[in-house]
Amino acid sequence: MTPAAGETPVWTRKHLLTLRELSREEILYILDTAESFKEVSTRSIKKVPALRGRVVVNMFFEESTRTRVSFELAAQRLSADVIDFTEKMSSTQKGESLVDTARNIEAMGVDFMILRHPSAGAALDLTRAVDCCVINAGDGQHAHPTQGLLDLFTIRETKGRIEGLNVAIVGDIAHSRVARSDLQGLLKLGAKVTLVGPPTLVPAAFRQLGASVVHNLDAILPEMDVVNMLRIQKERITSSVFPSVREYVQLFGMDRARLKRCKPDVLIMHPGPVNRGIELAADVADGPSSSILRQVTNGLAVRMAVLFLCQQAASGAAA
Amino acid sequence: MSLLLSGQEIKETLDRMARQIVAAAPNGCPLALVGIRRRGETLAQRLMPLLKAHGAPPAHYGALDITLYRDDLTTIGPSAVLRGTEIDFDVTGAWIVLVDDVLYTGRSVRAALDALVDLGRPKAIKLAVLVDRGWRELPIQPDFVGLRVETTAAHIVKVKLAEVDGKEEVELV
Repeated sequence: MTPAAGETPVWTRKHLLTLRELSREEILYILDTAESFKEVSTRSIKKVPALRGRVVVNMFFEESTRTRVSFELAAQRLSADVIDFTEKMSSTQKGESLVDTARNIEAMGVDFMILRHPSAGAALDLTRAVDCCVINAGDGQHAHPTQGLLDLFTIRETKGRIEGLNVAIVGDIAHSRVARSDLQGLLKLGAKVTLVGPPTLVPAAFRQLGASVVHNLDAILPEMDVVNMLRIQKERITSSVFPSVREYVQLFGMDRARLKRCKPDVLIMHPGPVNRGIELAADVADGPSSSILRQVTNGLAVRMAVLFLCQQAASGAAA
Repeated sequence: MSLLLSGQEIKETLDRMARQIVAAAPNGCPLALVGIRRRGETLAQRLMPLLKAHGAPPAHYGALDITLYRDDLTTIGPSAVLRGTEIDFDVTGAWIVLVDDVLYTGRSVRAALDALVDLGRPKAIKLAVLVDRGWRELPIQPDFVGLRVETTAAHIVKVKLAEVDGKEEVELV
């Protein structure tokens, strides 16, 4: 049962920072590994010993429910010990820098840092300061790779493929790390991506990344296989880039009438948390086309896969 | 290099092992074969129809990926590929025969035992291996053995099966 010698491993990274730096093969390898981990969550004992004795620290400098709990549960299912670092109760409130905080935590013997931070590039900075594995759980408007991966996983699970699919991402693209990570992953796996929203929130510059940019949702809906509705961030609603909420709902909200204009097997996605009645009507969010809760379930398997693969790469490099 | 089993001998050996398993299987509890991925899985697949031919009641079949249970995960590094466990029957109360190609240190079997008991509480777990080459590092012994060979630590027992390797033989290298 020893693995064949000389086989080049697909995955050799100890950090996960963005999907942009990953190859198509690396992304598919994570998705395939996640398939195996999905089965673990269906067992009566939902735990395997792969990360026994390892320590995972959740470092969240922004609020989060889903991602934080998902990483915590993923680490626990791999038998790792999990520490939750909460900014409000920590020395960063006394002015300690991120790097100093991280070095001090690492000095206590930590194998993984899961970082959510309001500044783009914070996770990359962290990899230069510490030796442990760093997983980016969202940095500013830059990237949210595990959300991108779980969206890819959910699309592949539902549609059986990603290549050639028409995928719309709707909403505040300009300020969204989810949109960027989804876009990078989808393009690498051969989907056609259309970004939709008001011009102030969907700058034409996104065309340079390989996506189409459209400001009329109704015009493109009938061709779409997947429609990913992004959350409208409350703090943007009052800013000048945002039209009135009523206007946004009329032009870009997904309600039953718009759903009827979609393909019958369209997949409606949302990264959560949903503003019911704004980007998604409640009956669509809870309806059969929606994969919102499945995305959350899949997020767990994807994060287990990421932790497992990075841990293996880290210990392989040390051996 | 020497040939331990030819393709025909592998076939005969599996047939004999199937007969022994059927003879040992108790009445009144479900019988199951669980192969350790990858070659144990292939051998278990081949044993299934042989059990039936020797008069066993319908048996369950499963495949076990022990990657997550290995004790050398940290030393083998990124080369361990996860293939997933597929056991869709209730292991609780079942009489399970674990199947692997080569029994050496016993560590794979130890990992497989841990993986199995995480799924439930089998009535019993037995071990069937095509080749026992000795050098155990754990107190684990097989119940059904195709071939016992004397080896040194420098030897490698190469089991090649058509489904995985495109060839059918067991060699000592």
